[in-house]
Amino acid sequence: MQPPLLEKEGNLLLPFRAPRTAQMNASAPIAAFACVVRRDLLLAMRRRSDVATTLFFFVIVVSLFPLGVGPEMNLLRTMAPGVVWVAALLASMLALNRLFSGDYADGTLEQLVLAPHPLGLLVGAKVAAHWLVTGLPLVLLAPLLGLAFDLNAKSLGILMLSLLLGTPTLGLIGAIGAALTLGLRGAGVLLSLLVLPLYIPVLIFGAGAVEAVAAGLGAGAHLSVLGALLVLAVFFAPWAAALALRISLE
Amino acid sequence: MLLANGLECVRGERRLFRDVGFELDPGALLHVQGRNGSGKTSLLRMICGLLAPAAGDIQWNGTDIRTLAESYRGELFYLGHQNAIKDDLTATENLLVSETLAEAPVTRASARDSLDRLGLKGYEDLPTRVLSQGQKRRVALARLLFRERSRLWVLDEPFVALDPHAVREVAGIIADQLGGGGIVIYTTHQDVDLAAHQRIELRLGK
Repeated sequence: MQPPLLEKEGNLLLPFRAPRTAQMNASAPIAAFACVVRRDLLLAMRRRSDVATTLFFFVIVVSLFPLGVGPEMNLLRTMAPGVVWVAALLASMLALNRLFSGDYADGTLEQLVLAPHPLGLLVGAKVAAHWLVTGLPLVLLAPLLGLAFDLNAKSLGILMLSLLLGTPTLGLIGAIGAALTLGLRGAGVLLSLLVLPLYIPVLIFGAGAVEAVAAGLGAGAHLSVLGALLVLAVFFAPWAAALALRISLE
Repeated sequence: MLLANGLECVRGERRLFRDVGFELDPGALLHVQGRNGSGKTSLLRMICGLLAPAAGDIQWNGTDIRTLAESYRGELFYLGHQNAIKDDLTATENLLVSETLAEAPVTRASARDSLDRLGLKGYEDLPTRVLSQGQKRRVALARLLFRERSRLWVLDEPFVALDPHAVREVAGIIADQLGGGGIVIYTTHQDVDLAAHQRIELRLGK
């Protein structure tokens, strides 16, 4: 039998054992979702450098601004939300290329498409794992970087919250673009042209939330819009991306 | 069971084949032949539903495979040109992932057993990136052992990069599947003797 909890990372995969019963397994889609998330997290753990590049990019771009602008505290404070948000946008852009390209290159994407599950579900799982390794770290790092811009505690909190609501939306919208440009020459640039305009609403309401708090107004309205965008993206983006994947694979 | 009618394949500006049809009953073996570029892989991908035919249709038990969608994919096993294994995962992990997704009954122990049977004893816990081409193909082929329930196997060059011993092993697995009433469609440029009670040769591109 299998030795429990002896092998290192391999254990992450142990719960995969899904006992197949005669009756239709209602938990099968959940098991498939979890399987893809675990697999992608495990792959990210084995290739930490890919994750690190996105994070370093974010940190460096944001820290360049105080150096370039100089120690003008008032100026920095006003531009902080915009700078952090634009950097977050570009960093998620950078990571998007890898969302499907690895699976496309080694043929595992074909197997995902042929799995007896709704493809949208599996795409959703891939985006979720992708966000956990590229989006969540940005959310956690943002307050540290915000300090360099002399943001107060309340603004930092709202900045984090807006990123928490906004970055998954970026990943979901980006997945459609990544699926459409899969396997094309010059896919990277095309992807930016395709996806960046779609990011604009998220940018406006994300950065706007922090600015509204700084100006003494509540951030509630902005955050609600971000939440609404996220809900919309969660419901529609995976299916759109799945459709685009099928087209790209033909 | 599987019925194809007047299939036509157009890639880019070129028509690869037209008016291809066949009917396969349980236990039938279809050997797709043809020169490089004659559309063998395209035909196999069409049968899997990955590629839409320019004309014609494919039916499974009398229903178009596009209508069946997920329930058809549950009956299907496709081994592509590429091995569909992740270089950074070990052979065992690769099997656990792919078979869980396919809803096949898999455990760590059974995954290791199947790898042993394909001659990968001692390689189960290495990242597949360090394996040779032939060994990677064996990892991909180990999936066959979990797919007895899949009634349609579509195998694109299953024997490529394998040594004669492994070829015999895989041919044996395929023969068992045919004996159990499965349908197998395959391409190969190698001379492998596969026996079946209904054996059809299909030659593409003249």
